[in-house]
Amino acid sequence: MTSETVIEIENLRFRWSRGGEFCLEIPAFEVRAGERIFLYGPSGSGKSTLLGLLGGVLVPELGRIRLLGSELTRLKPSARDRFRADHVGFVFQQFNLIPYLSVVDNVLLSCRFSARRRARAMAAGGSLHDEAARLLAHLDLEEALHRQGVTRLSVGQQQRVAAARALIGRPEIVIADEPTSALDAERQAAFLALLAGECRAAGSTLLFVSHDRRLAVGFDRELSLASISPACGEGRAA
Amino acid sequence: MSPLLLLAARSAWNRRLTLGMTLIAVALSVTLLLGVERVRHEARNSFAQSVAGTDLVVGARTSPVQLMLYAVFRLGEATHNIRWQSYRAIAENPAVAWSIPLSLGDSHHGFPVIGTSSAYFEHFRYGDAQALAFSAGKPFAEIFDAVLGAEVAARLGYRPGNRIVLSHGMGDVSLAEHTDKPFTVVGILAPTGTPVDRSVHISLEAMQAIHLDWQGGAPLPGLSIPAEYVRKFDLTPQEITAVLVGLKSRAAVFKVQRDLNTRSAEPLLAVLPGVALDQLWQVVGIAERTLLAVSAMVVAVGLAGLVAVVLAGLGERRRELAILRSVGARPSEIFVLLTAEGLFVTVLGALLGAALLALLTALLGPLAQAHYGLAIRARWISSDELALLGAVVAVGLVASLLPGYRAYRISLADGLTPRL
Ligand SMILES: Nc1ncnc2c1ncn2[C@@H]1O[C@H](COP(=O)(O)OP(=O)(O)O)[C@@H](O)[C@H]1O
Ligand SMILES: [Mg+2]
Repeated sequence: MTSETVIEIENLRFRWSRGGEFCLEIPAFEVRAGERIFLYGPSGSGKSTLLGLLGGVLVPELGRIRLLGSELTRLKPSARDRFRADHVGFVFQQFNLIPYLSVVDNVLLSCRFSARRRARAMAAGGSLHDEAARLLAHLDLEEALHRQGVTRLSVGQQQRVAAARALIGRPEIVIADEPTSALDAERQAAFLALLAGECRAAGSTLLFVSHDRRLAVGFDRELSLASISPACGEGRAA
Repeated sequence: MSPLLLLAARSAWNRRLTLGMTLIAVALSVTLLLGVERVRHEARNSFAQSVAGTDLVVGARTSPVQLMLYAVFRLGEATHNIRWQSYRAIAENPAVAWSIPLSLGDSHHGFPVIGTSSAYFEHFRYGDAQALAFSAGKPFAEIFDAVLGAEVAARLGYRPGNRIVLSHGMGDVSLAEHTDKPFTVVGILAPTGTPVDRSVHISLEAMQAIHLDWQGGAPLPGLSIPAEYVRKFDLTPQEITAVLVGLKSRAAVFKVQRDLNTRSAEPLLAVLPGVALDQLWQVVGIAERTLLAVSAMVVAVGLAGLVAVVLAGLGERRRELAILRSVGARPSEIFVLLTAEGLFVTVLGALLGAALLALLTALLGPLAQAHYGLAIRARWISSDELALLGAVVAVGLVASLLPGYRAYRISLADGLTPRL
C-alpha cells in the first residue's frame, strides 16, 4: 500500500509563453501514497506553477503527469477538472474562503462539485453537516462558529476552515500552497501539526509548499524545487 | 447545475445593495415599457369598441379624425355645426335605414351632455354590435328628462328621480349654469366601456329649450323664459353637431358617402368609422411607436447598468473564482455562474416590473378612466405584454453573457492563483 505511487512526473517541461524560458523542467518526480512532502524554494521559483500543473489547471508542453495511476496530461480539460474535484484538496496562502458562504458551506463546497467526495463524506460522518462539523471540531473550531459568516473569523481560523474543505471526503492528495505565511510563528507550527495530523487520519498524501524552510518539521521528505527542477528560475542560479 | 444556481443566488444576495439598485432600475424600466404597451392596447381597444353598426358618421366639414373625436369619442369640441335641414335631408335619404342626431356642447360636472333622439336608444351599437340597455328607468319622454351613462350615475351617485343642473359649455370650472331649467334623471344605462358611460343624454328639444334665452355663451340680459313656458316655443333645433347613419344596404355606403360629401346644401363630411379609425391610428401610431422605442431604450439603459455592476464586481471576485476552480468548478461553470447572476436580476426585475404595473393600474386605473375616459382595468398580463417581458429577459440573458464570458476568460488565465 505505502509504496503505491500517487504523483508521478516524467520529463515535464512547462513555460508560460511560447518561445519564452522554461519555468519548470522536471526529469522525474514521485510521491508515494501517505507521504508527507515539504517542497521549498524562493518565491517566483515556480512552486505555484507546479501545483497548477498537478491540479490539472495548467498543462505541460512536454512530459507526463500521472496522479493515482491516471495520466492527467491525456485527459480532456473537463475530465481534469473532475479529477481535481474528486481527488485533490487545496489550501492556499490567504483569502481561501467564499465570503458569502457560512463556515460549514465553505467546507461543503468541495462536496458540491464532486459526487465522490460527497459520498465519502456522508459515509464517514453520517451526514454532510455532521462530517463538516466533525472536521471543524478536530481543527479546533468550536461549534458556535460553524454557522457564522467567514468574514468575522481570524486569519488563523480561516485557514483551518480551508483545511477542513481540503480534507472533507478524504481526497487522496492534499496540496497546500504556503498556507501558513499569513500566520504568526506560533500559529504556523500549530496549523502545520493539525493539517499533518488530519492528513494522516484521512490517509491523504500531503504536498506542502513553502518558501520558508524553517517550517519543515515532521515531514517524511523535505526537498527543494531546485533539486527536482534543476533548470528552473532561482534554482538555476543556485 | 442547481448548486451552481444556488451559489449564484447567494452571491447576488451578498451584493444585494448594488444589485438591488440595478434591480430597481430594471423593474421600473419594465413597468414603463409594459405601461406604455398597456395604455396603447387599451386605448385602441376602447376606441374600437366605441362604435359598431354605424355605416357613416356625418358632420360639418373638418378632418375625419376630428369628426370621430367629437362625434364618437366625445372628446374636444366641434368648430362647426350642421343645419337641421341638412340632417332632415340625410334622415329622409331613401338609402338610409336610421339616423341618430347628436348635439354637443354642454356638460354636467365635466361629463358631456348629448342632445339626441329616441333613435339613440334604439339603433346605437357598440362592442360586438351590442345594443344599449337600461340598468334603471327608461328613455326620456318629458322635455326635461335625462338619461345618464353608467359612470356618470356611479360617480355622482344619481338615481332615477334625482334633479340635475346642466352647465353651458365643456370644462370643469366657473361655467354658466342652466339653473332655471333643471332636469330629472329618468333612466340609467348599463355599463358599456365606451364614451356612452360618460354621457348625459337629453332630447334635442330640451337642448333647444335650455338655450332659448341664451345667445352665444351667455344668458340674454333681461330675458328669462321660465321652464313651464318653453313648450309654447318651437323647439325644433336649428343646428346639430353630427349624425350617425345606418344604411339599408352596406353596399351603398360609398355612393351615399360621395353624395353627402359633394352634393349637400352645405359642406359636409361623411366618413366610414373604420377608415377614420385607421387614420387615427396612423396619427397616433407614430407617437405610440416613439413612446415604445423610448421605453425600450430605458430598459436597455437599465440592463446596461446591470451588466456594468456585475462586470465591475468581477475584479474583486478573482480570488473567489480561483477558489471555485480549485474545488473542481469548470471554466464553463464559472461562465454559467456569472451569467446566471445577471439573468437572475433581469428575471426578478421583469417580474417586479409586471407586479408594479398591476399595482399602478389598480391604483391609477380609475383616475385614467375619470380624466381621459381610458378604461385601464387591472387584469392578467396579455400575450403581447408577455412577449415584451420575454424579450426583456432574452436581452438580459444576452447582456449577461458578457460578464459570464469575462469571468470565463479570467478563470482560465488565473487558474488557481490570481496574480493581482
Ligand atoms: N499566470 C501567469 N502568467 C505568466 N507568468 C506567470 C503566471 N504565474 C506565474 N508566472 C511566472 O512564473 C514564475 C513562477 O511563479 P510562481 O509559480 O507563482 O512561483 P512561486 O509560487 O514559487 O512563488 C514567475 O516568474 C512568475 O512571474
Ligand atoms: Mg506561489
